[in-house]
Amino acid sequence: MSRIDWEVVIGLEVHAQLNTASKIFSGAGTAFGAEPNRQASAVDIALPGVLPVLNRGAVERAIRFGLAIGAHVAPTSVFARKNYFYPDLPKGYQISQFELPVVQGGEITIRVGEGDKAYEKTVRLTRAHLEEDAGKSLHEDFHGMTGIDLNRAGTPLLEIVSEPDMRSSAEAVAYARTLHALVRWIDICDGNMQEGSFRCDANVSVRQKGATEFGTRREIKNLNSFRFLQQAIDFEVQWQIATIEDGGKIQQATVLFDPDSGETRMMRTKEDAHDYRYFPDPDLLPLVISDDWKARVQAAMPELPGAMKARFMDEWGLSAYDATTLTASKEVADYYQSTVSAAGAALAKPCANWVMGDLAARLNKAELDVSASPVSPAQLAGVVARIADNTISNAIGKKVFEALWNGEGATADEIIEQQGLKQVTDSGAIEAIIDEVLAANPKSVEEFRAGKEKAFNALVGQAMKASKGKANPAQVNELLRKKLTA
Amino acid sequence: MSLSNEQVGHIARLARIALTDAGIEATRAKLDDIFALIEQMQAVGTTGVAPMSHPQELATRLRDDVVTETDRRDAFQKVAPQTEAGLYLVPKVIE
Repeated sequence: MSRIDWEVVIGLEVHAQLNTASKIFSGAGTAFGAEPNRQASAVDIALPGVLPVLNRGAVERAIRFGLAIGAHVAPTSVFARKNYFYPDLPKGYQISQFELPVVQGGEITIRVGEGDKAYEKTVRLTRAHLEEDAGKSLHEDFHGMTGIDLNRAGTPLLEIVSEPDMRSSAEAVAYARTLHALVRWIDICDGNMQEGSFRCDANVSVRQKGATEFGTRREIKNLNSFRFLQQAIDFEVQWQIATIEDGGKIQQATVLFDPDSGETRMMRTKEDAHDYRYFPDPDLLPLVISDDWKARVQAAMPELPGAMKARFMDEWGLSAYDATTLTASKEVADYYQSTVSAAGAALAKPCANWVMGDLAARLNKAELDVSASPVSPAQLAGVVARIADNTISNAIGKKVFEALWNGEGATADEIIEQQGLKQVTDSGAIEAIIDEVLAANPKSVEEFRAGKEKAFNALVGQAMKASKGKANPAQVNELLRKKLTA
Repeated sequence: MSLSNEQVGHIARLARIALTDAGIEATRAKLDDIFALIEQMQAVGTTGVAPMSHPQELATRLRDDVVTETDRRDAFQKVAPQTEAGLYLVPKVIE
């Protein structure tokens, strides 16, 4: 049997840690990396008699998310207890939302693949709900015991659940990346995957193409990088297809991905899956969100990536690819917009080329984030503007950019002036250079006259070299041809 | 509706309550009584009544997002049976 007969079905659950200063139900801090249990209050460690009080900042972030994805932000939502026993959950239950989550529905448009094969797709969201994180269990050597750190207990999470709308690991990664960019864009989550601020669980199943029922799914837990997400899904899909083709059946289960072996392995089957016995938490009254509050949050929202992308295409004439790339993160979008506002909207396209090309490559090489770029948007705009008005060629522009990067001057103009990089547009000066080049390269001249066009390019190259790259290339072309055909 | 002893055993396990066979039987009888009461309540017409999540018709209070707690780890850990390097130690748990 061949792979072609199978269709992959993927839904994602993402836990985004909300970037509040304090915890969701207590006034303890949430800073990452504190000494064990120094940020665990009486509420977080579940001392008897304590009561949870909901953090307004966590709710506000959930509203922001709901508005950003066009979801229904529930006027009334309810917190519930999810009961299970584990030492890093001292209450014996996690406060979460079950029947009435704060965010219901919504959708996210993703762009999958590159170049001509790229396509857009809309992924529907089921819900997003507020809940508290658990503590951490450290199973290393404590004389055969487990160490418990409750600093993370009570950290606010937004669990974002998608519909099973994705049909390949590439779509799942594109969705996760888009969601990751969005939560950072609207500033509700720092998105730090190494620190566990953005964790993905993937529900994966396969079915025969054309089937109307979903296959039995297995859930891959706790994927903390996009690469692992892709690898884990690819392995899981192959495993499920091989199992079914060998006459086996998929059993609903929770699995873990082992990055070292690249394989998924069973954590627990459905039989020992937790039976959580959810019920409304009597310690918390319903969460009521007024229209007025929603309107205030809406008014404070930044322009969203989708709207910004459309504006870049409509107003500045960028391609869908350019507009998508430049709105992939808030930092890049901010940098690009500042560059255009300094250079002028007429130069939006060359600005885009520079930000996505030379700047991105240089930042990548230096392993720097765009927000830490040594070349400011205003400085880059200076380079773009001088190329556009023919003061310098594109090649010299790269030189000026490098000089700005190295701090050799404050502006493009200063570097062009100091290093004498101004383009030579004086026909007399260029003609003099060409005459020298023609005299020094009689062989190329002969070849050109014999009909070899390549020889012409060689002569242009020589002339540009003789001018140290400063001659206007278009003028060199024109004058050289004139002389040779005269 | 009545529960089986198996179901009672399952619920007890989930709640980490150790019950003897006799205990399961006694608990089952008590739970059956509760279910009988629930059945009686379910006979009441509730069409058009929105489900209630809390007996009080109030909205939850919210606190501002500020850190108000100080570090009280030493005091909290005084009553813990075993601690090390700031961690609470518990019997090894293996998933």
